[in-house]
Amino acid sequence: MAMQASTTRRGLLAGGAAAAVAGAALGTARRSAAQRGGGEAVRIGLILPMTGPFASTGRQVEAAVRAYLGANGETFGGRRVELLVRDDTGVAPDITRRLAQELVVRERVRFLAGFGLTPLALAAAPIATEAKVPMVVMAAATSIIVQRSPYILRTSFTLPQATVPIADWAARNGIRNCATLVSDYAPGLDAERAFKERFTAAGGRVPLELRAPLRNPDFAPFLQRVHDAKPEALFIFVPSGEGAAAMKQFAERGLREAGIRLIGTGDLTDDDILNDMGEPAIGVVTSHHYSAAHDSAENRAFLAAYRRVAPDVRPNFMAVGGWDGMHLIAEGLKRAGGGASGDQLLAAMKGLSWTSPRGPITIDANTRDIVQDIYIRRVERRDGQLWNIEFDRIAQVRDPGT
Amino acid sequence: MLTVLLDGVASGMLLFVLACGLSVTLGLMNFVNLAHGAFGMAGGYVCVVLLNRYGVPFLACLVAAALFAALLGAVLERTLYRWLYGRDHLDQVLFSIGLVFMASAVVDWLMGARQQLITLPGWLQGRIEIGGGLATIGVYRLFLIALCGAIVLALHLGLVRTRFGSRLRAAVDDAVVARGLGIPVDRIFAVTFAVGSGLAGLGGALGVEVLGLDPTFPLKYLVYFLIVVAVGGANTILGPFLAALLLGVVDVAGKYYVPEVGAFVIYTAMVVLLLLRPQGLLARGGAR
Amino acid sequence: MSGGGTTLAAAVPARTGQAAQPGRRWGLFAAEGLFWAAWPAAYFAFPDYLPLLSQVAIAALFALSLDLLVGYAGVVTLGHAAFFGLGAYTAGLLAVHGWGEPLSGLAAAAAAAALLGLVTAPLVLRGGELAGLMVTLGLGLMLYEAANKAAAVTGGADGLQGVEIWPVLGLWRFDLFGRTAYLYSLAVLFLMFLLARLIVSSPFGLALRGIRANAWRMHAIGTPVRARLVAAYVLAGAFAGVAGALLAQTTQFVSLEVLAFQRSAEGLLMLVLGGLGRLYGGLIGAVAFMVAHHVLSGVTPQFWQFWIGAALVVLAIAGRGGLLGLLKAVWARLLSRRRGGGSTAQ
Repeated sequence: MAMQASTTRRGLLAGGAAAAVAGAALGTARRSAAQRGGGEAVRIGLILPMTGPFASTGRQVEAAVRAYLGANGETFGGRRVELLVRDDTGVAPDITRRLAQELVVRERVRFLAGFGLTPLALAAAPIATEAKVPMVVMAAATSIIVQRSPYILRTSFTLPQATVPIADWAARNGIRNCATLVSDYAPGLDAERAFKERFTAAGGRVPLELRAPLRNPDFAPFLQRVHDAKPEALFIFVPSGEGAAAMKQFAERGLREAGIRLIGTGDLTDDDILNDMGEPAIGVVTSHHYSAAHDSAENRAFLAAYRRVAPDVRPNFMAVGGWDGMHLIAEGLKRAGGGASGDQLLAAMKGLSWTSPRGPITIDANTRDIVQDIYIRRVERRDGQLWNIEFDRIAQVRDPGT
Repeated sequence: MLTVLLDGVASGMLLFVLACGLSVTLGLMNFVNLAHGAFGMAGGYVCVVLLNRYGVPFLACLVAAALFAALLGAVLERTLYRWLYGRDHLDQVLFSIGLVFMASAVVDWLMGARQQLITLPGWLQGRIEIGGGLATIGVYRLFLIALCGAIVLALHLGLVRTRFGSRLRAAVDDAVVARGLGIPVDRIFAVTFAVGSGLAGLGGALGVEVLGLDPTFPLKYLVYFLIVVAVGGANTILGPFLAALLLGVVDVAGKYYVPEVGAFVIYTAMVVLLLLRPQGLLARGGAR
Repeated sequence: MSGGGTTLAAAVPARTGQAAQPGRRWGLFAAEGLFWAAWPAAYFAFPDYLPLLSQVAIAALFALSLDLLVGYAGVVTLGHAAFFGLGAYTAGLLAVHGWGEPLSGLAAAAAAAALLGLVTAPLVLRGGELAGLMVTLGLGLMLYEAANKAAAVTGGADGLQGVEIWPVLGLWRFDLFGRTAYLYSLAVLFLMFLLARLIVSSPFGLALRGIRANAWRMHAIGTPVRARLVAAYVLAGAFAGVAGALLAQTTQFVSLEVLAFQRSAEGLLMLVLGGLGRLYGGLIGAVAFMVAHHVLSGVTPQFWQFWIGAALVVLAIAGRGGLLGLLKAVWARLLSRRRGGGSTAQ
């Protein structure tokens, strides 16, 4: 017994030492945080998945926010803004929540921004409410997010918003029965529901509804099911990045030769990797709010600014969410003044309209969700590169749920 | 549904090529190398870079990927891994997970976090009908089956028929005695490790088209590798091979016939198999 | 765990030698006091870091529960998050459905996790080491999938919404600054640690160590080996369940991630990092890992993984027995030097 007890104690000195080391480490971080302060600057806490499976989302958004600051200066409403970027690894809502809490409590950020995925945004929502800090959602796309806190504003999109137009388009263009294949998580289910409701309301039929697990190495069996069911078209939603694999399998299985058309939301033909998708992508029709090929002066300015920050990357719809989110923050500061409270900033940002690189958008004053044009696009080759070429536009689409 | 079966076989074969190196290091060298997938990732990226940036023919890319991963394996084995032979398994876990973290970060730094894509050469695209319209299968999947089948055969023969194989088996059964008999145990282990890494590299390159490739690759598929090795048993080549085939077929068939249940099928199959045959599919009775 | 057996055997002579040095015992006693004094001190020293510190305390409790299983009973697991997650969902669901009392939530979580342990123990303890390990992994993954599919109950991938926890003991509300959350987590960690310490120094704990060192011999001297292992598995499960419930209550949110493989693996990593079979190993590993993670990911949000990885590799190659082992070696060296000079004073 005595022997036993002394062993456990043996480790203890080590314990104390480690705690001391930990304390010193925290102290260092704290001092450096204090040095960064400078009192006057407006701090923006940007929480994004910078590592892990959704890192590309984080990189796109961060680059776009930096591009905005590069192009428009860093001073709005008389105050310089300071970005504090934090990595929540994309899969850990408890980390997102903790980071939000720390940013609010310790760094005294005036805005929370970023939020790559739905559960991450939902986890941080109560913090925004309690701290009365505006929270700008730049990427996550499930409908319910904005309802979770009166301080949430969204500059990305919602899946039903992007899905409904393609369902209409399919019904208008003689597709009578269309299978669906979505990733089995909230945005996927949102897309599935929205597509089915709209498509069947227009007289279409959905013979097959498939849900692929989110962490799914192989779409082949699902597409084989579709092949054997022989619908006229297949609607796909998969998270950005997975689209390429789905599309390749679509081509390899000979679904196109079997006369099945491929449609989807723009996540499928994500600009970030569209160019590497090759032949199988050509001719795919999708609906989305942004294409890097959008023809406007605003978009050209955006592309130029983005290129200065990330020369080798084509900005995608995540990036435009980051750019517009930063614009929203900047406008809020200009209108309410750099020293305004969270509620004043929120009031200044609600109801704003401007012309984004994607086209005209409005942050609805009541829902705080984005209202924007949705485009129907077809993948085409231009100058040796693949682009989503817009050929139809549905003006000022709201989230159908609201 | 022959098509489903063949698809399952193809993905199982690919899984085997990726995982067999892990089975070798675990079974033959008693080393828990959770960083095995990192060699697959290295091979995959070599293939992507050569193919997309320099236009090297696909087959040459495969060879290069395998060689690069093998070389990487050999270098790391000599410089780092050998310090941990014979250590506690948990130390090895700590070490190899550390390697995975480093590998992911380095790849991210060099290549970015996005999915990497390749375009296969024309002769591997498309699909063919077999058995008079009985089933259709992608050419690339047939290619996978043929290539991986050849590798399995070569490995099996190599282990059973060659002098190196018999020395390896001797070294595994009892390293001390083998050393006493003048078998260069260290060198045999080093070569084995390099071959296992090279195969993983080849698998990673072959898998870009099917499994995708990004910096999370080593962790994403780690669970699958472990399943193959554990279900197959760590002492043979054929055990993991059968396990990989089974895994591939069950996985694909499960998704085809009962997509609602999703990944449940594969995990349930694994648990049941492990409960029925805890030592692996082809375990020699009481071999432990 | 053949490797585990040898480490233990090697440690035994050192331990008997140590009992004869009262001065050293006092030093360790002081260190233990210092370790536990550091936690409440951190409350005052780093008032801005309380959310992080409470997550450190929770991770420490999770690592402690793993230590009971891996370090003492010698059963390695890759699916320990199953218990953590079940505990989190139990506490979270209770709160969602109108019972937000925190302490009874912890108790319910412990009971649910213990029950899961009781049901799955026969499966896990059936085969050999690798098979058992993989069964834990498989069960963990199955539970994750089940929670994902049962979206009506768990909220699926969106996470469990609307968790509202009542004030602790009816007195302290969970606040934005995380003061209550930290002190609450710390108190629970401390009490659970005392319990764990009581358990490992009881005859039951000794039997576990014996089983880890040589199961056949323990069997031969009449110890019901299997029953002891089942008990340890259930116990570790209950501890992990409490940790999960703490996370659910202090963050007032439960996501699928509480069941993920990454959490199991990270817990094991913290434990091995700190050092196995010493109770404090898990705690120190958790502190070191979480703080390093926090500092590095603040400095370089994209590439913190590289530095953590490098540290793990170096530690695995250099130190036997994790951070605690390393510190112990340094301490032993210091002590022997001091004893050489100071023996005349006694």
